[in-house]
Amino acid sequence: MNEPMTPSMIAFSPALRILPEILMTLTGVLVMLVEAVLKPRTSRKPLGIVAILGTLAAIAASVYQLFLPAGTAFFGTVQSDAFSVFFHLVIGCIVLVTLLISLDYFEGHTSFVGEYYALILFGATGMMLMTCSVELLMVFISLEISSISTYILAGYRKRSATSPEASIKYFLLGSFATAFFLYGIALCFGATGSTNLYEIAKGVADGASPLLLTVAFGMMLIGLGFKVSLAPFHVWTPDVYEGAPAPVVGLMSTAPKAAAFAVLLRIAYGAFGTAIHIWMPLVWIMAVLSMTIGNLGALTQRNVKRMLAYSSIAHAGYLLVAFTALAPMGIAAASFYTAAYAAMNVGAFGIISYLSGYNEARTSLSDFAGIARRHPVAAAAFAVFLISLIGIPFTAGFFGKFYVFTAAINSGNAWLAVLGLLNSGVAAFYYLRLLAQMYMVPVEPPREADTAHARPAFILAMAILVLAVFALGIFPGRILDLARAGAATFSGPANAASQTVPVALLRR
Amino acid sequence: MNASILTWLTFLPAAGAVVVLLLPRRGRAPQVFSLLLTLFLFVMALHLPAHFNYQQQQGFQFEMNIPWISNPAIQYHVGVDGLSMWLVVLVSFLAPLGVLISWRVIQDRTCEFYALLLLQQTAMYGVFIALDLILYYAFWELSIVPLALLIGMYGRKNGRGAAIKFFLYAFIPSALLLVGMLWLYGQTGTFDLVQLQQQMFGWNGAHATGLWLTSLAFLLAFAVKVPVFPLHGWLRDGIGEAPTAVAMILAGKLGLYSLLRWHVGLFPTQAAHVAPLMVALGAIGILYGALMALVQTDLKRLAAYATLSAVSFIVLGIYAFTAASMDGAAYQILNESVSASAFFMLLGILYERYGTYDMGRLGGIATKLPGLATLFVITALSLIGLPSLNVFVGEFLILSGSFLAHPRAAAAATLGVILSASYMLWMVQRVFYGKPSTGVAALSPADVNWRERAAVWPTIALMIAMGVASVFWMHAIDLTVPALAPAKIPVAAYATVASPPAAPQAATRGMAQ
Repeated sequence: MNEPMTPSMIAFSPALRILPEILMTLTGVLVMLVEAVLKPRTSRKPLGIVAILGTLAAIAASVYQLFLPAGTAFFGTVQSDAFSVFFHLVIGCIVLVTLLISLDYFEGHTSFVGEYYALILFGATGMMLMTCSVELLMVFISLEISSISTYILAGYRKRSATSPEASIKYFLLGSFATAFFLYGIALCFGATGSTNLYEIAKGVADGASPLLLTVAFGMMLIGLGFKVSLAPFHVWTPDVYEGAPAPVVGLMSTAPKAAAFAVLLRIAYGAFGTAIHIWMPLVWIMAVLSMTIGNLGALTQRNVKRMLAYSSIAHAGYLLVAFTALAPMGIAAASFYTAAYAAMNVGAFGIISYLSGYNEARTSLSDFAGIARRHPVAAAAFAVFLISLIGIPFTAGFFGKFYVFTAAINSGNAWLAVLGLLNSGVAAFYYLRLLAQMYMVPVEPPREADTAHARPAFILAMAILVLAVFALGIFPGRILDLARAGAATFSGPANAASQTVPVALLRR
Repeated sequence: MNASILTWLTFLPAAGAVVVLLLPRRGRAPQVFSLLLTLFLFVMALHLPAHFNYQQQQGFQFEMNIPWISNPAIQYHVGVDGLSMWLVVLVSFLAPLGVLISWRVIQDRTCEFYALLLLQQTAMYGVFIALDLILYYAFWELSIVPLALLIGMYGRKNGRGAAIKFFLYAFIPSALLLVGMLWLYGQTGTFDLVQLQQQMFGWNGAHATGLWLTSLAFLLAFAVKVPVFPLHGWLRDGIGEAPTAVAMILAGKLGLYSLLRWHVGLFPTQAAHVAPLMVALGAIGILYGALMALVQTDLKRLAAYATLSAVSFIVLGIYAFTAASMDGAAYQILNESVSASAFFMLLGILYERYGTYDMGRLGGIATKLPGLATLFVITALSLIGLPSLNVFVGEFLILSGSFLAHPRAAAAATLGVILSASYMLWMVQRVFYGKPSTGVAALSPADVNWRERAAVWPTIALMIAMGVASVFWMHAIDLTVPALAPAKIPVAAYATVASPPAAPQAATRGMAQ
C-alpha cells in the first residue's frame, strides 16, 4: 500500500457501488414473486429464511465494498466509502436481527407474511441507499422508498385497532415532513445551483445567499428531524410505537434513524461543513429539547412501548449532541452511537415482542411484574438492554454516550455534556422502574402469552444482540476505528487515500 | 503471578457469577460454590500483603498496564499501594462471611443472589485497583447495579423504593463525575492517574475554573457514596432495607477510598481549599448521626445512623490533612468495615431468631441467647472505641491528628465518641438485658450455630488483632497515605506535622503499643 491508487486506475462496474442495494432488491422481488404463488395456508418461514440469506449477502457485499477505493458512480449520485459501509453494516445487521425475531412472530396470526419480509427488504434498500447518496434528489428518492415500507409495516397487525391507526398517523405526518425536506432541497438548488452535496459545499464555501441556505438547511433538518423523532418534531413517535408490531418498532426506531442520521451527517458536515454557524444553534437547541422532552415524557408513561418511544426521542437527542462537536470526532461519535443504540433498542423491542406475543398481551408496566421469575432468561436479556440504555459501563450504551460527550467536551461544549449526562440520570429512573417491576415485584397469575416459548431463531437473534451490547461495551475499538475511517472520508471529496485506513483495519 | 494477580482477583468473581447462574436451583449448590470461590479469593488476596514491598515509598505495586482502547487512550492500568492493598484484602475477607451469613436467610432466587454478590465483589476490587480514570469509572458505575438489584430484590417490604433511591443518588452525581473526567482528558490527553498527577502538578494555577468545577464534581460523586452529611438521604432506607450481606458493603469504603485517591490525590490544592468545609461537615455528620441513632427504635436504622457517624469520622480525618489523622482515617476505613460488618451480621442473626428489628419488641435476650449476647457486646464495645479494640486506634489517630489543625471540629467529634457510647450501650441494654419482652419470652430459638460463629468470629478476632497490633497494617498505610496530603497548605497551621515520614510512623507505633 505504498502508492495510493486513484479510482481511475481500476476499472470496475459502477454497479459494485450499489451491490448491497441490488442484492436486497433482488431478494425482495424474489420473495414477493414466490409469495404470490404460495398457497395462503402454507408457512412463510422459508421466505423469511430467503430474506435472511439475502441480507447476509448484502452485509458481505458491504464488507467487500470496503476494499474498493472510495468513489462515486452513476453520474455522481452515489458514493461508496467507509462511511456508507459503516451504516450499511449497521442497517444490515438490524434487518438481519429483525428478520430473525419476526420469523415466528406472525406465524399463525396473519397470512401473506411474505409481503412483510419483502417490505423489510425494500425498506432496507432505501435506507442503505440513503447512506451512500451524495445527491439530494437521490436522498429524497431513497428516503421515500424506506418511508413507504415503514408506513405499511407499522400497520401490519391488521386486525388490531391501534396498528392501522399508527400506520395512518405515521404516513400523514411523514409525508408532510418529506415535503419539508423536498422544499429544503429546492431552496438549496436555488442558492447554489445544484443538488449535489459537493457542489453545494462549494456554494456554501463561496458564501452564496446565506439566508436562503439557512432556510434550506432548516427545512431539511425538519424533514430529517421528523424521521429520527427529534423534538419538537417527535409528536408522532409514542402513538406509532405503541400501535406498530414490536419487531417493526425495533426496526423502525433504529434502522431508518441510522440512515437519516447518516444523511444529516453528510449534509451538515459534508455540504454545510463550512457554515457551522448556520446549523450549530439549531442543533444545540434541538439536542437539549429532545433529551429533556424525551426523558420527562418517558417518566410519566405507564405503557412500556410508549416509554421506550420517549426514550428513543431522548437518545436521538444524545446523538445530536455529537453534531455540536468538530468534524471527525463528532461524525465518528454519532456513527458509533447509532450502532450502540441499534443493538440495545432492537433487543429491547425483541424481548417485548417475545413477552407480549402477537396479541400484545403485555403493554403496561405492571404487566411486566415478576417476569424475572417466569422468564428468567428473557428477563436477564431485557435487563442487559435496559442497563445498556441507562449507560452503565461495560455495555454499548456507555461507550455510545462516552464518545458523544467526549466529542462535545473536546469541542468546548461542556455545558451541553453536563445537561446530557444529567438527563441520562433522569432517564435511569424510568428504565430502573421497569427493571424493578421485572425483578422486585412478586409474581402475578400467569398470562396467556406465558405459554409461548422461545424459538431457535429468536434465541439466536437475542444472543447476537446481547453479545453485541457487551462487545461494544468492552472492546469498542474496532467499531470505533471503522467509524473514524468513515469520518475521515469527509475530509474532502472521495479520495483514495482515505481508503487505506479501513483496509489496514481489517487486516490488522 | 505478581503482575496478573490483581486481574485474576478482579475477574474471577465475575466468572464465578456466570457459573452460579448456571448451577441447579435446588439444594445448596450456589452457597457452597460461592463460599469456596470467595475463600479461594481470600487466600489469593493474602498473596498481596505477603509479597508487598514495604520499603517502596513511591508508586504502585503488582502493576499491570496494557492498552485497552487506543483512542481515546484508555489503559487497563491496575495496581495497588499501601492504601488499596489492605482494602482489596478486606473485600476478600468480608466476602465469604457475607456468603455464610446469607446461607439460610436467602431462600428464594439464590442463584441470582450469589451471582450479584460476586459481581459486586468484582466491581469493588476494580474500584480499588484501577489506576486509569475510565477503568475506575467503569467499575464505580458497575458497583451501583448489583447493589441496587440486591436491595430491591432481597430487601424488606420497601426494598424497591430504597433500591431506586440508592441508584439515583449514586448515578446522577456520577454523571457529573464523567463530565469532569472528560474535561481532564481534554486538557491532558490522558486518563492515567500517575500521568495526570504529573501534568496537573505543572499547571501552576492554569485552568483554575475548570479545575475547581471538576474537583467539585469528583467530590460530590464520592461524597454521596460515602455518604457525607447532607447527602446521606439514601443511607437510612438503603441499610434499613438491604439484606445483611449487602448492608455490610453498602456504605463507607468505596467512597472514602475514592476521596483519598481521586479527590485528595488528584486535586490537592482544591482539596486543601474545601477542607474546612469537609471537616465541618464531618463534625456535623458525627454529631447528627449519633443523635439520630440515639432516638431510633429500629435496629437497622440505628445501625444506619451509627454508620453515618462512623464514616463522618473518617471524612474528618482525611480532610484534617495531618499525617496522623490521614493515617488514622485510612486505618479506620478498614476498622469501620470490619466492626460494622460484625454488627450487621449480628443484627441479621437476631432478625432470623425473632423476625423483627424493633427494639420495643425485643428485650432480655441475653438470658435466652447468651452466645449471641457475648458477640454483640464485644462488637458494640469495638464500635464505641474501647481501647485495645480496633476502632479506638483509628479514632484516636483521627482525633489527635485533627486537634492540631481543627480543634473545634475535633472537640465536637470527641463529643460524638461519648454519644456513640450512649446509643450503643443503651441499645445493648434494651435488647439484651432487663426483663424478656412478651415476644421474646414466647420464642426459644437456638443460640448462635456453627455457621454463624464461623461468620462472626473472624471479625471479632480481627477487631482484637487490629486493636493491639495496628503496626502490622499501619506499615503499608504509612508508606502512602500521608504523602497524599496537600503540600501547598499554609505551613503555619500544620507545622507540627509537616511530614518527615519518620515522625508519623513513630507516633503511630508509640500509640499502638
